[in-house]
Amino acid sequence: MSLAKPDAVDISNTQKIALAIGILGLFILALALFNTNFPNKGLFLTLALAFITIGTIVYSRDAYLTKLEGIKNDAVWFKSISSRGAWGWILGVVLTSFYIVLYFYPKYLGLGENGASNTGLISLFDPLSHLLSGRNASQWFVYGTLYTIAILAFGYKFMLKYRHNRYQQLRTASVMFFQLGFAFLIPEFMYVMNSDLPYYDLKSIWPLNYYIFDEWSVKGFLSNGNIGLGLILFGIISIFVITPILTYKYGKRWYCSWVCGCGGLAETAGDPFRQLSSKKMSAWKLERWLIHTVLVFSVVMTVAMVYTYLGYDHNAFWLTKDLFIALVIGFLTLIFAGVMYFKRKELGKDAKYGAIGYFVVIALLLLMHLTGTTEHVFFVKGGDLRAAYGIYIGSIFSGVIGTGFYPILGSRAWCRFGCPMAAILGFQQRLFSKFRITTNGGQCISCGNCSNSCEMGIDVRAYAQKGENIVRSSCVGCGICSAVCPRGVLKLENDSMKGRINPTEILLGNDVDLMDLVNKK
Amino acid sequence: MDHIVIIGNGISGVTAARHIRKLSDKKITIVSAETDYFFSRTALMYIYMGHMKFEHTQPYEDWFWEKNRIDLKKGYVKHIDTGAKTLQFAEGDTLSYDKLIIATGSKPNKFGWPGQDLDGVMGMYHKQDLENLEHFAPNNKACKRAVIVGGGLIGIELAEMLNSRNIPVTFLVRESSFWNGVLPEGESAMINRHIQNHHIDLRLNANLKEIIADQNGKAKSIIIQETGEEIVCDVVGLTAGVSPNIDFIKASNIETGRGVKVNRYLETNIPDVYAVGDCAEQHEGINGRRPIEAVWYTGRMMGETVAQTICGNRIQYNPGHWFNSAKFLDIEYQTYGWVFSQPRENESHFHWKHEDDTKCITVCYDKHTNQFLGINTFGIRMRHDVFDNWLTEKRSVDYVMEHLSEANFDPEFYKTYESAIFSAFKNELQTV
Repeated sequence: MSLAKPDAVDISNTQKIALAIGILGLFILALALFNTNFPNKGLFLTLALAFITIGTIVYSRDAYLTKLEGIKNDAVWFKSISSRGAWGWILGVVLTSFYIVLYFYPKYLGLGENGASNTGLISLFDPLSHLLSGRNASQWFVYGTLYTIAILAFGYKFMLKYRHNRYQQLRTASVMFFQLGFAFLIPEFMYVMNSDLPYYDLKSIWPLNYYIFDEWSVKGFLSNGNIGLGLILFGIISIFVITPILTYKYGKRWYCSWVCGCGGLAETAGDPFRQLSSKKMSAWKLERWLIHTVLVFSVVMTVAMVYTYLGYDHNAFWLTKDLFIALVIGFLTLIFAGVMYFKRKELGKDAKYGAIGYFVVIALLLLMHLTGTTEHVFFVKGGDLRAAYGIYIGSIFSGVIGTGFYPILGSRAWCRFGCPMAAILGFQQRLFSKFRITTNGGQCISCGNCSNSCEMGIDVRAYAQKGENIVRSSCVGCGICSAVCPRGVLKLENDSMKGRINPTEILLGNDVDLMDLVNKK
Repeated sequence: MDHIVIIGNGISGVTAARHIRKLSDKKITIVSAETDYFFSRTALMYIYMGHMKFEHTQPYEDWFWEKNRIDLKKGYVKHIDTGAKTLQFAEGDTLSYDKLIIATGSKPNKFGWPGQDLDGVMGMYHKQDLENLEHFAPNNKACKRAVIVGGGLIGIELAEMLNSRNIPVTFLVRESSFWNGVLPEGESAMINRHIQNHHIDLRLNANLKEIIADQNGKAKSIIIQETGEEIVCDVVGLTAGVSPNIDFIKASNIETGRGVKVNRYLETNIPDVYAVGDCAEQHEGINGRRPIEAVWYTGRMMGETVAQTICGNRIQYNPGHWFNSAKFLDIEYQTYGWVFSQPRENESHFHWKHEDDTKCITVCYDKHTNQFLGINTFGIRMRHDVFDNWLTEKRSVDYVMEHLSEANFDPEFYKTYESAIFSAFKNELQTV
């Protein structure tokens, strides 16, 4: 059907002015990028960031506060920027280019190399960096600042958009808090207190934080006494203790849409693009292969990295190469055996893929142990393996594709297809969690608003229209499907494990005898 | 192998096809003149509003039909020859069947208004209606005002659609208050105010007299019966209810009334011919229901039921407790059990409304036995299964009011109102 782009979605004059203010802020940054030497960097940086923030705030207030509370998705599929139109592609190219320069050519942003002072965009951020931690800005400081501004400003917009929905407001406040505090300010203050500590965003958990067990990182922590030891212990406890407990109680949403920075950006600045994720069955299949491959890669890579800097002699340090490999294999075997014993039925056909994954990892680890040396694993330099992961997964997948492609693939492409942390949490959510999205009896009208707005590409409707609860490893619990449902069919909740997965053929409301006959077969 | 032919690819026909496939290996063909694939009719509004594209309203991907061996045929059935068990298409070809399911749904009512077939005049039911609206009302420059005739569920959806493109709307409602043939007074009045808060020009007690054409045969204004007022407009939406879409059946041997007459087994007077969904008419309403139920859910239930009968397990259509839902602009509505606009002889209503004027409930109970009979809820989501159980268990209204929080289905962290409702309920009982 040819739907003309209606002119009626034109923005108001206030919104045009707000847009102009925001663009002015970006323009200052662009000027800095092209090496304009501002006389008072602190002032111009403040102006740039303030303009961007004020523009977003004014725009949002005019867009949402002039209307009654309710769902505000009018025209998202008409607007060029949110429907893969020309503006969408332009934005995609700009973001992607920015990420490529950021990760691989920071000198073009003005990073001073070999002790030279910063120029360009990065030098514009020097005053703020000095204020916070007394050192010059890096490309990561620039990125972190802009990232934080984006989450705060667009988080405000999102809270206005869903001002009738406290779940949305609270979790948005939460990601804003964690980004500003944990990802941005606390690491800077930690540097001020102890400049030898490696950068550590406390909420960034292995394997999303893939460098925490690198040799330089571990040495950095261990050479800093009890604080450092405490931090690295916290890192280990995060993944092995805190994460399983919280995921059991609340599902992976406690992390993915309440705490995580990647998720935080996706839920705020990325919100206008959530509907672009593919809901096709083929995309789901690709997702399952891709994300678990990344998980295997990250586990093997991390074990290999730790392996290279451990010794052979248990008198020198209790954790030797042999013991470490034995511990890892033992731990993985324990998990594998436990799942196969307790959850074999629920897994169904997937058990086969789980088994393949397990044996691949074990085979790789044994191969590594038998052929590896202190320098080499898998016959390549250990450092090269880690570097490959950093470039292909850490930079290209999560940054360039994950965020640069927001306007094309939707806002959660990284979370859905790549994040190894999401894979671990999702595995647990699917099998050992009280979380589900409950379907309200037979009330679904198959309209598709839920599936359309699922940023993770889950075909929510496919479950709801069968009266079946949604229990999917990829669900990040953002709650938008529930919000947009026009008939009150979906509710995110934590309840008992029993009856959590409830496939039905005949829906509630029909003949009770027929329901008994068909559903209890 | 039996060949099952289903006319109509809406929720009723498609549900029947899916269940027949689950239960058997029969050859299945679904015929539609409207679209190639099943889509959710209730979602048409969201396409015009830009929330979704048409393909998003299709619950199954295109490969689904071939994988499940459900043949799809696009064509307009002109005549059913029940003697030869053959369908004749307007396009000239024919299709023979062993068993036939008629699931042709509804069409918008037109009551012989002068000008009702002009350009720019449309219902809001078929995909073609949506295309029509897109043509005549792409924005508020091409369509400076729209008039909607008929205050029901489709009328208010059409008003919401036009509102999303900033097109001014005049909404003619025949009744003295919006949908008050179904909703009790307090609820209906709240929705009136909500409509007006959206800057929709709501005209109660207003009937359409005629639609006036310009020199090109396009609607240019309408006249209101009661006042004679002329309202200049570019689009007229006719949303005064729907009726079964069965004109093509009238010339066949299949018995029809307002709809295709069926017994409790959803069988017509002709063996091997069944009818389900909006177009089926029961000889008598079941358990207080209407003989024709033009509702998504009942269409689905009839589809589930007829599949059993066709696959050898002949059973009656025997729906459980009534339920329904809708959304009035920003206010969601759910109902479980029976709440009529006026309490019947033995019934009493308890009504509670929140001061923000967007949430209310009405509970209906038997004033002699205190048995809970039904609830309407606006702006508060409630659990279907909980109310279904309470209705089956014939709980008292006191029990229901006391345990209302168990039925709450609002998202987490929402404010709850059950204790306010319960104390209002107790107060009201004491003053009576």
